[in-house]
Formats: sequence, C-alpha cells, structure tokens
Amino acid sequence: MNILIAGVGGQGTLLTSKVLGRYAELCGKDCKLSEVHGMSQRGGSVTTHVRIGDKVHSPVIWPGGADMIIAFEVLEAARVKHFLKPDGILLVNDVRILPMPCITGAAAYPSGIKEKLLEQINGAFFIDAAAIAHEAGNVKSANVVMLGALCKLFGFDKEKMAQAVTDCVPEKFRALNSKAFELGYERVK
Amino acid sequence: MKELMLTNKAVARGAYEAGVRVLSAYPGTPSTEIAENFVKFDGVYAEWAPNEKVALEVAAGAAVAGGRAMACMKHVGLNVAADPLFTAAYTGVNGGLVIVVADDPGMHSSQNEQDSRFYARSAHIPMLEPSDAQEAKDFVKLAYELSEQFDTPVLLRLTTRVAHSRSLVELCDPDDVKLRPYEKSVTKYTMMPSSAILRHRVVEERDVELANHVNGMDINRAEYNKKSNKIGVVCSGIVYQYVKEALPEASVYKVGTVYPLPIAEITKFANKVQQLYVIEELEPFIERQLKAAGIKCKGKDIFSLQGELSVLTIMEKFNRETPVPEPEKVPGRPPVMCAGCPHRGVFYVLNKLKLTVNGDIGCYTLGAQPPLSAVDTVLCMGASIGMAHGFKKATKGTSNNIAVIGDSTFIHSGITGLINAVYNRSGITLIILDNSTTGMTGHQQHPATGKNLKGEPAPAVLLDELCRACGVKEIDVVDAYDLAEVERVIKKDILSDEVSVIIAQRPCVLLDKSVKPLKTVSDCRNCGKCMKLGCPAIVRGADGVKIDPDQCTGCGICAQVCPFGAIKEGVRQ
Repeated sequence: MNILIAGVGGQGTLLTSKVLGRYAELCGKDCKLSEVHGMSQRGGSVTTHVRIGDKVHSPVIWPGGADMIIAFEVLEAARVKHFLKPDGILLVNDVRILPMPCITGAAAYPSGIKEKLLEQINGAFFIDAAAIAHEAGNVKSANVVMLGALCKLFGFDKEKMAQAVTDCVPEKFRALNSKAFELGYERVK
Repeated sequence: MKELMLTNKAVARGAYEAGVRVLSAYPGTPSTEIAENFVKFDGVYAEWAPNEKVALEVAAGAAVAGGRAMACMKHVGLNVAADPLFTAAYTGVNGGLVIVVADDPGMHSSQNEQDSRFYARSAHIPMLEPSDAQEAKDFVKLAYELSEQFDTPVLLRLTTRVAHSRSLVELCDPDDVKLRPYEKSVTKYTMMPSSAILRHRVVEERDVELANHVNGMDINRAEYNKKSNKIGVVCSGIVYQYVKEALPEASVYKVGTVYPLPIAEITKFANKVQQLYVIEELEPFIERQLKAAGIKCKGKDIFSLQGELSVLTIMEKFNRETPVPEPEKVPGRPPVMCAGCPHRGVFYVLNKLKLTVNGDIGCYTLGAQPPLSAVDTVLCMGASIGMAHGFKKATKGTSNNIAVIGDSTFIHSGITGLINAVYNRSGITLIILDNSTTGMTGHQQHPATGKNLKGEPAPAVLLDELCRACGVKEIDVVDAYDLAEVERVIKKDILSDEVSVIIAQRPCVLLDKSVKPLKTVSDCRNCGKCMKLGCPAIVRGADGVKIDPDQCTGCGICAQVCPFGAIKEGVRQ
C-alpha cells in the first residue's frame, strides 16, 4: 500500500507520515518512509512517501503507483495527481497557498483545479481541514483531521490509527489531536 | 525490538552500539541528523566542528589516540576534508575510524551532484554502501571491524533516499569497546617523506588484501532468480531496492563494498547470466571497474549520468508495459525565504543598488530567486569572499561587487578569504548575514552562537572582533530589519578602498519567539513596490495588496518600502 503526502514546506507532512508509519508498526507490517529535508522545506513543494506491506523495497513511490494521495493544498494535488493509480483515493485539503511565481505575477494560479480533479478522479475528496481543525481547537491539527478523513475513506483500522496518532503527538496535544481525528473521520464524505 | 527509524538515526545508533567515543561533524543535507541523534546517547562525545576538514582531523586524532571515532558530512564536505582523508589513508588508525559521506543525486539541497565513490578509489580507502536503515546500522558496526582489522579509515556512503528514509531497525546493546593503548610511532603517524614513502607501500599492500577479502564478505551477495538467467544486475545502495521492485525476474548481485569491488565474485555471477547490467546513479563507477576487469556489461549506455533513478525509470529501460502518466503542467513552487526572514531586506537593498553580488551557500542563496534576484555568483562554502576579491583584482578595483555570506558559512571557510582580501588589499565589502544559526540545515549551533551541539552554553566567537583581528578597520554592525541603515552603510563602504565588513544581525525568524504587531494595509494604491520583497505573506489583488495575518511575523520591512505609508501596525487577533 502506497500513500503519497504532498504539501508546502512547513505544513506538517512529516508528522502525517510518522503516524502512518506507526500504524504500520501496530499492524505488524513492513514499512518504509521517504522524506525531504533541507532547501525544499523553505516554503517549496514537498512530498513524503509512505509504503506499507509484507516486504517493502523502494522507500519512494513512482508515478502511477500511489493507492492514496493526501494533498495539503489544491495546487499540490494537481502537481502530484499523476502518481495516483487509476482507482486510487485523492484526499485534498481545500486550501490555496500562492507559490512565489503567482505572487510576483510570473504565473497565474490555475482556476478550476478542484472541479477538474473531481471530474477526472472518481476517488477525489475535498475537505476543509483548516476549519475543522479550528473547531477542534487549533488550526495546526489540520494534518490529523486529514488522517481521520483518510481513515474513513480507505477503511483503515480506526482504533489502531487513533492509537498511532496518540503515539506520535506530544502528551499535551493528545486531547486536541484525538478530537481533530474524530472530526475528520466524521465530516468527510 | 524493532523501531521505524530514519537511516541517519540508524547510523548514529550503529556508532553507539559500536562503542564510538568521539563524533565530529559539520551540518549538511542529507547528513545532519547523524550527529544530532548520536549526541543523545549517554556517555558519548559529539560536536559540531567549524567545517568538515576539522571534523575529520578531530576524528582521526581520536582514532589514533585509541578510541573509535566518526566524522560525518555531505558530499561537498568531503572535498573540504579531502586533505586529511588522503593522508589518513597512509597513517591508518588505532581505534576504528569511519567517515560518513552523504551524496545528493538529483540535488535536492546541494550545489552539485558529485559522486563521492571516487574518493574511496583515489585515497585507497574501503567504502561500504547500505541500502536501508537496518543495513546502515549493521554496516557501521562492520566498518569499525574492517577499520581495525586492516588498519584503515573506512568510508560509509549514503545517498539522500537512503539517508532520509525510514525503515525498521532491530536494536542491540552497545558493545563494550575499550580504549586501545596509544604507542608512539613516527613511521606510522608522522607523515613526512621518509615515513610516507614507507606508508604508501603499506597502503598499496592493504588495497590488494582488501580486494581479496571483500570477495568473502556477506554484504556482497548474489541473489539468483531460479526460473530465469536472462538478466543479471549489479547494483548497490538505494538502486538495489529499486531493482528488486522493478525487475523481479532479474538475478541481482548486491554490492555492499563499492570499493574495493568483489571482482572475483561478480565474475562468477556474470558467467551465470545471459546479459549483465550495472545499474547505478551518477557516474559509471562500478561499470568501468568491471569493464577494466574484462567483464562485459551494459550500464551508462542506457542510464543517465544525471539525477536519481527510480523504480519507474528502471522499468522503462527494460520496456515494461508501464503506462507512464504525464504530470500536469502547473506553476512551480520553488523554496522561498520565510515571511519575516532577516535576509530579505538586505537583498532588497542590494537589488535596488544594482550591485554585483558574490553570494554563498545557505538559506540566503534564495536571494538569487525573483523578485529579489540579487545574487550573481554562488560556488561553494566560503567562496563569496574569494570571488569578490578576484572580481576586484581582475577589474583593477572598478567592479561594483560585494560579498554576502552567512554567519555559519563565514566560520566554516569565509575567514581565510577575508584574511586574503585584507592581506592583498582588494578593498572588498563583505556583508555577514548573522542570524545566529545554521539555517538551511535546520538550525544547528556553530562556534559563534554561544551554544554547542548539546545545546549547552559554549564560548562564542565575536564576529566583529574576529574581523578586526583579521585586519579589517571598517566594521559596522546593523539591524538587518533597518533598511535605511543597511543602505547607508553599504553605500558608504562600497566607495572605500579599504576592506570593509557589515554585520547584519537578526536571529532567524523561525527561532525568534518575540511577538511583533502584524502589519495591515489601508488605502493601498497598488503600486507593487512591496511585491519586490517576495514576501510570502503579501498577496496582490486588483484592489491592492493584502497581508496574510497567519503568515505575517511583523518584521515591518514592507512598511519601510511602501512609498505611501499604507502599511501600518495592526492588532494580532
């Protein structure tokens, strides 16, 4: 099972992949993660790769090889959608962050990405994770909201995933993140 | 017990289990986390050195003294450390010495994609290359055994996809490794011609012994496909993982020692397959050695010398029926300076003054990107100062250029360039962007921050005093957020015939916990001047600019460039 996480540097893709890695451990599966450090983290496009199975070789997912994509931003969803398998699930945080070429006017932020993705991909879902995270108590828990939603959409073992979230966040944020996880699970459709 | 572990952490764990006493490193993606994780173990010593050359010298000293030691660096760092590397091959070790070098094929965070395996060959030092976290830990322990058995430093090579991936690792208890006695030996440890001539002979003999020894090592192994002998692949590191996935029908020879290669074993393997391929990233390092040994194989005639390989690129070359989905063309999202970055204002002024900027390596290399577009040259760590000096000399002092370097990079290798500029009277102006950290690699301490790798208080190098001691007379310390002052001192200094230094101070905004009032816009005339800052918090619409309150840090640089005073202090919600 291959899960690609795409976002903008600083959005918390790393925690999301760590939770999925912990989930794999709880399920007794082999798992490899691949992440990006250094220059790309400074507000650039970042992807984190999660692969879970009986035996995993490559830590990196290839185009056409992802069962699931979690995109933390709409343009980033469009950028990595070719990684998705034909029947895969694309879960998108319904938020737009302008990249520098769009800020300077060198390029325009494409319009209608959401509509196009919904039309092209049967398994495409959008969720306002920021608003739900705000409701849970902190905007920064948006990544955990996304995990809750993914858990529901793909049918992961909910108890184990909730446990994985608890295991990966600092003690003082556990209640907040459990709530964010539950809300994400309930609200996605 | 198994733990899902970052490979760099597994290297640190391996060093701990192997009883390493001393680790010295300079941060560099993708190697940084090794030192950061190693220092967390009880009873070990680890440090940030000012550069990789010092790191390797420290580790070599610790090893000669009888303790197991490690130096860690990225590929370009090994260039800096190449001087001690080549001669440490002559002296050999006492306690084991392992040098970890992390290459960056695809240049995720580097200025070149050199192949460090050539260092192993030209310095005659064995090099091991693991393909995941468990192997990384095992290979580190093996490297120490090899180092002490053959009295040689050992290189451990990682690449980005190995160093920055996580996989399951079985933890072991640390070995009880005693400090070996040190015995004075001028012929072994004092490298001057009379002794080095003797040691060179030892190195060549050791090379032959190692070349035989590696044929019997378990980390070099053939994995035969019993159903077919059509395709045989020789590979190592991350490429092994790709090949296992892309070509399940192939027989695979997995190389653990990329130098020296197990030529005898690979010859046997080659004889059992119909067509032999060498699949490797970057240079045809393995391929050429096999061809030199008379083994027929295909390699770089099919695969690129540039960038990373992947499961898909390998499948494509073997004509797998793989539909390759095309990526959609969407605007790029290059990395940018953070909102509130103290470097931004300095580059805005440099761009405004139309100066030729000799830049350097760090977050501030991003000053080259539009709209700041303020950097002309970037070569390597510390080169800003030497290049600025060269510009001045070539143009007989008429060039309008200025050097810009970060605090950590200045300590790393800028100081000698500054001494040269003073000594040889080029009259350059140098800006040190002092954000009190090593920013790009994720906020590491260095000798001018006042803290060590453990985060404990440490003596701090005072940059202005250091420059003064180098002979610089004109030194200004300014607030990097004060654009008028930054502009004033730059204009003053570039007219001077003397070497001058401007230290632009402000801590990295990601570390600065002070809360400043955010900025808001009213009565915007939409002139677009603030857009020249390239601040990700400022967004322009048809009716003027808006400032994103979630991103704004309140640095106030935009308010200083707005000609109409439309940007004011707002209230944080």
